[in-house]
Amino acid sequence: MTSISSALPARAAPSGRVIVRHSALVRVCHWVNAIAFVVLLMSGMQIFNADPQLTWGQTTNFDRPFFSLSAREDDNGDPTAGVTTIFGHQFNTTGVLGASAGDDGTLEEHGFPNWATLPHYQDLAMGRRWHFFFAWILVINGLVYFLNLIFRRHIRELWPSLKDLKDIPHAIVQHVRLRFPTGDEALHYNVLQKLAYLSVVIAFPILVLAGLTMSPGVDAAFPWLLTLFHGRQTARAVHFLLATYLVLFIIVHLVMVVLSGPINNLRSMITGRYRIKETER
Amino acid sequence: MSERLIVPQKQRFTRRSLLIGLGAGALAAPLAGCDSGSPQALGILERAEALTHAAQRTFLGENAPLAREFPPGEISAYFKPNGTTDPEDAAYVALKKNNFADWKLEVGGLVEKPMKLSLADLHALPSRSQITRHDCVEGWSCIGQWKGARLSALLAQAGLKREARYIAFFCADTLEQTTDNTGKYYETIGLTDALHPQTILAYEMNYAPLKVEHGAPLRLRVERQLGYKQAKYIMRIEAIDDFAKISRGRGGFWEDRGYEWYAGI
Repeated sequence: MTSISSALPARAAPSGRVIVRHSALVRVCHWVNAIAFVVLLMSGMQIFNADPQLTWGQTTNFDRPFFSLSAREDDNGDPTAGVTTIFGHQFNTTGVLGASAGDDGTLEEHGFPNWATLPHYQDLAMGRRWHFFFAWILVINGLVYFLNLIFRRHIRELWPSLKDLKDIPHAIVQHVRLRFPTGDEALHYNVLQKLAYLSVVIAFPILVLAGLTMSPGVDAAFPWLLTLFHGRQTARAVHFLLATYLVLFIIVHLVMVVLSGPINNLRSMITGRYRIKETER
Repeated sequence: MSERLIVPQKQRFTRRSLLIGLGAGALAAPLAGCDSGSPQALGILERAEALTHAAQRTFLGENAPLAREFPPGEISAYFKPNGTTDPEDAAYVALKKNNFADWKLEVGGLVEKPMKLSLADLHALPSRSQITRHDCVEGWSCIGQWKGARLSALLAQAGLKREARYIAFFCADTLEQTTDNTGKYYETIGLTDALHPQTILAYEMNYAPLKVEHGAPLRLRVERQLGYKQAKYIMRIEAIDDFAKISRGRGGFWEDRGYEWYAGI
C-alpha cells in the first residue's frame, strides 16, 4: 500500500469520501514538533541575540560577519537605529532588527526584538534552558517519527516518483490558480507537497546535527561533525539558515492550509479525518 | 493498514485523548511558568541539563576523547578577551605591579599535602601545550595556543583525599559588585574533567606569557566545556566534596546567575 490513506466508502456524505489521512502517531508527532519548534525558534533568537552575527569557519570573524544585527549609537551610547548587514550591504531595520523598543518603549539594542524571544527580556541563561529542554523533546519526537517513516514505509508517501517530477510545472500552474487536486488525485500528496515535506524531513536532522556541532563536548566525542560542517561557526550559520528555511516553510504551509480548506485540513491533523472533494464532471 | 481505518468513535476518542493529553501535559508543564522565570519552571527546564550531562558523559567519560587540536596556522589573529579583562581588586593590582613575582598558588581543601606554588614551581610540573578552540557561551569562537601545568600532575602531587569530588578554582577578580562578596569569580569542575589530559593550568598563550586580559598569571583550560569554565586569575585551588556552601551554591560565578554547571553544550 503506497497510498497516504485508505479510502472508505462515504458515510452518507454527499460532498465526498472521508478518509483517514494521518495516522495517530503522525498527528501526535506533528503537534509535539510544532510546539517544540516554536519554543526552540523563540529561545534560539534569544541565544542568537547574545552574539548577533554569523561567520563561516572554525572561529568568529569579528571584522567581517556575513550577517549581523547591530545598532547605531549616538555619542552617549544610546541606540539610534537598527542595522541589518548582509554580505556587506546595510539595511535600516530600526524597530525590528538590531534595535527595537524595550519595556519602556525606548529604543534598545536587540538583535531580534523582545516580542520574538523567549524569555521576552534579555536572558541568555534562561534562553539556553528553554532551548535545550525542548531540543530533547524535538529529538525524541523526531526519532519516533523517523522510525515510523522508515519501518512503516511512511517515506513512500513523501518520495516523489519520476512521473511526479515531470508534473512539477503543471502542479505549479495549478497551485498558482489555487486549483487543488480532487477525487482520487487528492488521496496522495501532490508533487509540490511531497517535495516541501521531504525538504523538512531532511532539514530537521541537519539542523539538529548543526546544533550539536556547537557543543564543545559533542565535538570532542564526535570530531567528524566538525569536518562535516567545516567548523563550529559554519555549523552555527547552518543552524540559523535552516531554522530560517523552516520558518519560510511554515509560512507557506499555513497559507496553503488556509487556502485549501482550513477546517478539513486542521481536522485531518487532529482527528485524522479528511474529506475528499470529488472531481466535478 | 488497518490502523489507518476509521475506528469506532468511542475507542478512537479514548486513545487519542490519552496520547494528546500526555503530550500536552509534558509540553505545557514548563510553559505554565512561561518566561516569568518562576523557580518551578526553571526546576523542570533544568532536568534537561542532567540528561545532557549524562548523555555526554556516556561518550566523554571512560576513553577521555580529546578536544580537537588545530595546527598553528589556525590560531586566531584576534582572541576576544571576555569577563574581567583587568582586575581592580587591590591584592591583584599589587601582584601585577611586581609582575607576579610574589604570586603564589594555594592548593588546599581535601588534599593530603596542601601546597603553595610559585610560577617557577608550576613551570617545573609536567606540562602540555595545545592549540584549541575557545567557545564562548554567547556563540563566538577563537583558537589559541595554551601551555601549562597538567592539573592531574598537580593533584597527584598534592594527593586527593577519598572524599574529593570536585576541584574549585578561586580567582582574584570581582566581576560583579555585591554586598556579600558573591561577585568574586570562581569555578568548579568534576574529577573526570580535572584529570583529563587536556586540563591544564595555563601560564602561556600563543607562545608568550599569559597576558592580563586573558587571565595572568594563571588560568584554567578545561577543553570540552564553554568559556566561562576557563577561570582566569586563579589564586587558590581546593579539592572539595560539595559546592553547595560556596558563594551562592551553584558551582561557579555564572552558574550562580543561571548558567549550567555542566557547560559541555
